[in-house]
Amino acid sequence: MKLFRTSCAATVLLLASTGPMADEFTNNDLERWDGQFQAVVKEGRGLWTSPDMGKNGVVCAQCHPNAANTHPETYPKFQKQLGKVANLWEMVNWCLRNPLEGDPMKADDPRMTAMLAYMAWERRGVKLEPGKH
Amino acid sequence: MSHPINRGFDRRQFLKNASLTLAGTALPITMVELAFAKSSDSFNFAYISDSHIQQIKGNSFVRNWDRGLLRAVAETNLLAPRPDFIIFGGDLAQMGSKPELDHGAELLSKLNGKVYHVMGEHDYYLDLGEYWSKLFGKQYYSFDHKGVHFVVLNSILTYDDWTFNRWPTAQQRMAEMAGLDNPNGSPFMVGDKQRDWLKKDLAKVKKDTPVIVFSHSPLQKIYKGWNFWTEDAEAVQALLAPFDKVTVFYGHVHQIQYNQIGNIAFTSAMATAWPWPYPQAYAQAQQLLPKLTVQMNRADPFFERDATGWQCIDIATGRASVNFNLYNNATRTVAYDAQAGHPKDVGYQLDEKRIPPQIHY
Repeated sequence: MKLFRTSCAATVLLLASTGPMADEFTNNDLERWDGQFQAVVKEGRGLWTSPDMGKNGVVCAQCHPNAANTHPETYPKFQKQLGKVANLWEMVNWCLRNPLEGDPMKADDPRMTAMLAYMAWERRGVKLEPGKH
Repeated sequence: MSHPINRGFDRRQFLKNASLTLAGTALPITMVELAFAKSSDSFNFAYISDSHIQQIKGNSFVRNWDRGLLRAVAETNLLAPRPDFIIFGGDLAQMGSKPELDHGAELLSKLNGKVYHVMGEHDYYLDLGEYWSKLFGKQYYSFDHKGVHFVVLNSILTYDDWTFNRWPTAQQRMAEMAGLDNPNGSPFMVGDKQRDWLKKDLAKVKKDTPVIVFSHSPLQKIYKGWNFWTEDAEAVQALLAPFDKVTVFYGHVHQIQYNQIGNIAFTSAMATAWPWPYPQAYAQAQQLLPKLTVQMNRADPFFERDATGWQCIDIATGRASVNFNLYNNATRTVAYDAQAGHPKDVGYQLDEKRIPPQIHY
């Protein structure tokens, strides 16, 4: 019994010495994570207004001010023009290829992540309605 | 050219002939009909706006926007009977440069007929309208045509401090104003000088003379965040208030809007370049889209000319009947309804007549 108690105490000490529990985080953590997210949103806004995303100088914001009419809350949805259920990043690539006459990006390209983050942020507060037209 | 007794009949006949010529494709025309008591006073004009000719480099321009203007010009030239004149509603260029204005002017030079120009912010903020004025003349003026007094305003001016003191270069000033949703922008206005001129100009006009005003920005306040807005709109409206029949046409918004404020009927023009979302599509903002407006069908991005077009305006009885003949949708007609005292969409005004693509969210 005595031995058991000793080893429990040792375990607690070990955990305490290696930082917080996995399911615990502090206000400092929350601030840091929000800062990380907002930095990516800001990067997305930068790309949204950058003439370098395509090859003809056209920017996303020319047709989609404040990312309006991108409707991130409705994806994935059936896109009649593609004949399948599509993700929003596929539509971003459609725009990069056509109105911007540029090259598509990989789905996990950090720039794609930033643009999707920006679109979602501008649409915050709107309820999710996947599939909606 | 003889002036037909019934312009409405003639237009239908034209559309019928045109559709036969073009093998049944819908013509993208927005006709505006201003009706007068005497049918001999009826006439029409074409209205093309917001072409945003954009230079890539050298002799290379964005193909998409070029095609929009080319199409509008070609189709305007097909109108029969010929329109009495053509209005270009502003934003011929994207970044206000000489190459863009020159290229735009060259495309417009193919139009058969007299063209009146309206200044847009994309034409102005690089050199404050200097080169535009060399090409097209005065930035605000009036003229009389068949009993109607027409006024063209430069409504895209703004505070002097923003224009003259804020930006290190003219290029940056242009770029800051070119971004519709750019928080560094500044609200449009007509300004004291032009309002003084307007007051004097209108003093010579009888109160029962129909007055038609062209401005680039709406002479009403819809959504400030995207400059669907004129800062001194109320002051301009007050100058127009004494007249029996006033119609304001404006560009800038790249979408169908119409409204009635007091005695003034408002109708916007579509762009030839690209459509814009209605402001309520931006979830983070309050805005005041006129309740009267039945919205355009939501644009299909896979058809690059969708939700763009141009307009032809028939004038009779001093009031406008605007036929929006869209490239990829059924034709729409927005006509002044004398009984209701405001413009109405002839087909879609009633809630139960609206179709799913007209619902925006």
